[in-house]
Amino acid sequence: MKLSWWKWLTIALLLYTVAKGMLQDVPRLAILNETIRNLYFHVPMWFGMILILLVSVVYSILYLRNPLVKHDIVAVQAANVGILFGVLGIVTGMEWAKFTWGEYWSNDPKQNGAAIGLLIYFAYLILRGSFQDHQQRARISAIYNIFAFAALIPLLFILPRLTDSLHPGNGGNPGFNAYDLDARLRAVFYPAVLGWTLLGVWMVSVRARLEVLKQQLYENV
Amino acid sequence: MTQIIHPHSFVLYLCRKEEKVLLKEVIYLMQKDFVLEWRQKYAFNGMLLYVGSTVFICYLSFSLRFGALEVPVWNALYWIILLFTAVNAIAKGFAQESRGRLLYYYSVVSPQGVIVAKMLYNAALMLILALLCFAFYAIVIGNPVQDVGMFLLTICLGAIGFASSLTMISGIAAKAANTGTLMAVLSFPVMVPMLLMLMKMSKNAIDGLDASASFDEAMSLLAINMIVITVSYILFPYLWRS
Repeated sequence: MKLSWWKWLTIALLLYTVAKGMLQDVPRLAILNETIRNLYFHVPMWFGMILILLVSVVYSILYLRNPLVKHDIVAVQAANVGILFGVLGIVTGMEWAKFTWGEYWSNDPKQNGAAIGLLIYFAYLILRGSFQDHQQRARISAIYNIFAFAALIPLLFILPRLTDSLHPGNGGNPGFNAYDLDARLRAVFYPAVLGWTLLGVWMVSVRARLEVLKQQLYENV
Repeated sequence: MTQIIHPHSFVLYLCRKEEKVLLKEVIYLMQKDFVLEWRQKYAFNGMLLYVGSTVFICYLSFSLRFGALEVPVWNALYWIILLFTAVNAIAKGFAQESRGRLLYYYSVVSPQGVIVAKMLYNAALMLILALLCFAFYAIVIGNPVQDVGMFLLTICLGAIGFASSLTMISGIAAKAANTGTLMAVLSFPVMVPMLLMLMKMSKNAIDGLDASASFDEAMSLLAINMIVITVSYILFPYLWRS
């Protein structure tokens, strides 16, 4: 198997995350208990999602400046992987919320924001589906992608801070920093973020290459 | 006597000229939209009837003869009616223009002129519809609002916000096959943050809280509006070209 170095790095980081995240001793905090391990799986999903959606937007901007098919393909595949990360983020978050807040869905501003953010990207996919012409589809969905991302940013970063939220890092809750200070957690958390994000990039690149090959195949038929 | 024009002032002159051209275009296009609306009164009357019958249906389905709605329900219902009215009213903005007319605009005016004119026109339209909706709603369902001035200010902010975000979306949706569904699907998630802020502000106005309680919401509403308007202004030329 010939893989470039960063792919080996991804595998190593994820193995490290899963092994160390499951086995290593964690700080004992009230209510959180063992669920604190979700820090290695839930939080990196959001980091990964935001970064990959950023990639999608950047390629949409590139497409508008220079309409190459490749830019459009990367933009849509990054949006797909971003949606996958978002769904996983919501599912892991709900699982965690069941054990700490008592409900899967407790109408928390962060949960609602995440759900609406996903709706935007589902709408993006629906929009793509409703065009026959390839160029028009690429151009107009790129426009919506940029527009929606600009609307998503205030949603995900500003709104939850204006209202009270149960989510760690908001209001009077034990903040993210409270357990971020623990060196043991940090030693797994940072590699986990890097590892999951690299996995996302890997997925995007594989899917984009596959799509480019498919297009070439159709052109030659 | 020849006058030497300094290059810097010449550039400034050009900029000013361009601004003037843009302003002229915007005024001209808005005039055209108002004239069209006036000539095809059925479209506007249709929107009025839409608002009226929706309010009446709400009145009937809550069977309100024996008591008033609770304040949070009243508030939510008002904004939901307004949301659907806005989506319907603004969706026709680009869809009603014929292909030939669009081509004509394309050759004579700048895309920036088109989007700014449409936004302003839609804001005016939404403002009229929202105020009429409030009047009718207050008469039929009852009016618990304590601070009417603040509530009207909220309506103004809401009308401008709905118009600015929906104008761009209607431009996008008009290009696709199933405009109606797409308009709703594309716009709802984008408008939710705005809607939440508006509901909180109008709730404060209904309860007669001090204006300072709504200051944060008003500021973030303005900020969201600024973002949406700027992004639309930048992106619309790309949409226009296709």
